[in-house]
Amino acid sequence: MQLLSGNAAIARGAYEAGVRVATGYPGTPSTEILENLVAYKDSVYCEWAPNEKVAFEVAAGAALAGARSIVTMKHVGLNVAADPLMTLAYLGTVGGMVIVVADDPGMHSSQNEQDTRQFARFAKIPVFEPSDSQEAKDLMRVALEVSERYCTPVILRTTTRVSHSRSLVKMGERVTDLKPVKFEKDPPRFVPIPVWGRVMRVKLEERLGKLQEAASKSPANRIEWHDRNLGIVTSSIAYQYVREVFPEASVLKLGWAYPFPDALIREFAKGVQRVLVVEELESILEEHLLAMGIACEGRKFVPGIGELSPMRLAEAKAKMEGRSWQPPTPPPQAADLPGRPPVLCPGCPHRGVFYALTKFDVVVTGDIGCYSLGVFKPLSRIDTTLCMGAGVSMAHGMDKAGEGRKVVGVVGDSTFFHSGITGLLDIVFNRGKSTIIVLDNRTTAMTGHQDNPGTGRTLMGEATTAVSIEALGRACGIKRVRTVNPYDLVQTAKAIKEELEADEPSLIISVAPCILKEKKPVGPKRRVNTDACRECGMCLRLGCPAVEGTKGAPPKIQEMLCAGCGMCEQNCKFKAISPVTEKGL
Amino acid sequence: MTDKVTSVVLVGVGGQGILLASEIVACAAMKAGFDVKTNEVHGMAQRGGSVVAQIRYGRSVNSPLVPEGTAAVLGALEQIEAIRFAHYVSPDGAAVVSSQAIVPVTVSSGQATYPQDVKQRLTSVFKRLVYLDADKLAAEAGSNRAANVVLLGAMSLTLNLPAEAWHEAIKASVPSKHFETNMRAFELGKKAL
Repeated sequence: MQLLSGNAAIARGAYEAGVRVATGYPGTPSTEILENLVAYKDSVYCEWAPNEKVAFEVAAGAALAGARSIVTMKHVGLNVAADPLMTLAYLGTVGGMVIVVADDPGMHSSQNEQDTRQFARFAKIPVFEPSDSQEAKDLMRVALEVSERYCTPVILRTTTRVSHSRSLVKMGERVTDLKPVKFEKDPPRFVPIPVWGRVMRVKLEERLGKLQEAASKSPANRIEWHDRNLGIVTSSIAYQYVREVFPEASVLKLGWAYPFPDALIREFAKGVQRVLVVEELESILEEHLLAMGIACEGRKFVPGIGELSPMRLAEAKAKMEGRSWQPPTPPPQAADLPGRPPVLCPGCPHRGVFYALTKFDVVVTGDIGCYSLGVFKPLSRIDTTLCMGAGVSMAHGMDKAGEGRKVVGVVGDSTFFHSGITGLLDIVFNRGKSTIIVLDNRTTAMTGHQDNPGTGRTLMGEATTAVSIEALGRACGIKRVRTVNPYDLVQTAKAIKEELEADEPSLIISVAPCILKEKKPVGPKRRVNTDACRECGMCLRLGCPAVEGTKGAPPKIQEMLCAGCGMCEQNCKFKAISPVTEKGL
Repeated sequence: MTDKVTSVVLVGVGGQGILLASEIVACAAMKAGFDVKTNEVHGMAQRGGSVVAQIRYGRSVNSPLVPEGTAAVLGALEQIEAIRFAHYVSPDGAAVVSSQAIVPVTVSSGQATYPQDVKQRLTSVFKRLVYLDADKLAAEAGSNRAANVVLLGAMSLTLNLPAEAWHEAIKASVPSKHFETNMRAFELGKKAL
């Protein structure tokens, strides 16, 4: 038995079930699946694709050729892959294909908390939901078998608390009897032009009926009979909380919730007095039970906003029983504690660009990555974030709408490859004038330093072409393309000023590697000369965690934290900050 | 074995070794024959945020999340984080807190103040408190990086895991060349009470 995270277990499950091709795009809380799976690279081809749509299409190609494949992403990634998802349901698969989607109830690290089960229903494909790591491994195998038997793509849906919790898992061996890989030509099956697409549409409904019967009999779903007064219908991590808070209740645990296993649901409902539905986010199960004519309660007591937890469910139980009860909260002594939000690291190159932007009265359309942290004081230089790539296109939109100030779009390198290029094309094609800044730290940082088309290395560890953002910009038709060193605050501000004044679109590429990835300082550590310091506070305006301000005293630079980037020294007009020499200041 | 589930919460700041400490507790519980589930918060920790690790062990564990107010012990490698997560401890549970103070960026940029009366706050919040300088004891043991294992040593006295299980867990979790230092750190933590 090994203590594995849900993600590690999903990877192990894919390996044991004979997956041959695994693709994805990094996204918390899904990222570790591929990072674990690549340990089996002798048996499984693993790749990071530029975005989830491409990743999905690659996996689909592999599956149609007969290989078992998976694609991994976070919930918003499925929005990007939705186009191929919806029509692959019509084509069906040959080799099994599982789409692993990690939801984030409570938005620990996401812009929204959408419920991926809606997509399963929308696309008319099965969805499996593990509630711990052993199930995550087991359901991967079941999902692939169902996918192959019924020729349908399948979603395996996890959440933050399943993906990033660890529990005991029994290991197994990799299956050896795999389908041969050879695409069988059959246009009426694989080309959904209307005449054939309409036939696929009818087959899709028939398949749904067969899947519904199979779900009612599948070991992924089970009834746990206990006290018959209360029966709880639940799935995913919520099942674990139900077992904690309602140990005496009967439970219908749905590991395969769609197509809804109606026969099993009816059997359960008949055997209990009162039915409670406990599900996170959307009321998918509750609404279906009501549509079936089964009286039940759910959202009346169980919150649908944010994630559930044992205590939130205990609060719901108290409500059901007519008691007023609140879970323990932080003590009054915690009320005025300073917050500890995540921040740009000491020495982060992005700080230089954001600080340079503070010199200008601009609107900044931002994007998703470490640089999103530029929204916090004292930099306060991100005004909007929407989705991957929106930093580029929204700048153009505000400009065309007639916004009086200049609008600057800011995206990272990985985000640019993901969906910034098409926005840049739009600006050129539709005669825009926007200034776009690509923060190229040569990695996909926030999710844990994954490779991307610009890094020159694949997930499998092989050297490869490093795509040039500069060349891409020129190829899109941008004439004003320039690179800046973000550690040179004056040069960076000058470059931004020139490009803002230009009457045509500009691409500024800030080039400096991620300091956390490099693991070595940019230059010598800095120190404040307390005699020369006038306490003007300019160095504090950078928001660097290593520079500690104290009221009525000179700031102090934390030696342990200082990365030697020198931005504070550049900002000091009184030459009170200088490098620590070997002898010490 | 009873049905009782023991919950442990570890808090600190990114880089302090909370995740390794969590690994050791989980491993010790496994060696002692228990079912174990853990939950660790990812990613933001490296960017200066709080780190929370939760470990639960017993005959059979359902939720990986510790219900607030049920933890047998809260271990904190940074002192104000202990106050922030104090509500996780059960009424008769214990808190083992290192006196280490790490100033967050909200303070260093002048937006907030780091409290000066942390020890008083801790004493008023926790009925059972062990307040120790884990960094100093770690240095005594031979490594500045072993403060997390010092903390575990002190915490081990509040938990029902046999010494042998801790011993094996530390052996399995740290590089062999650091094993002796870490065992010294563990023992110094135990003596700190």
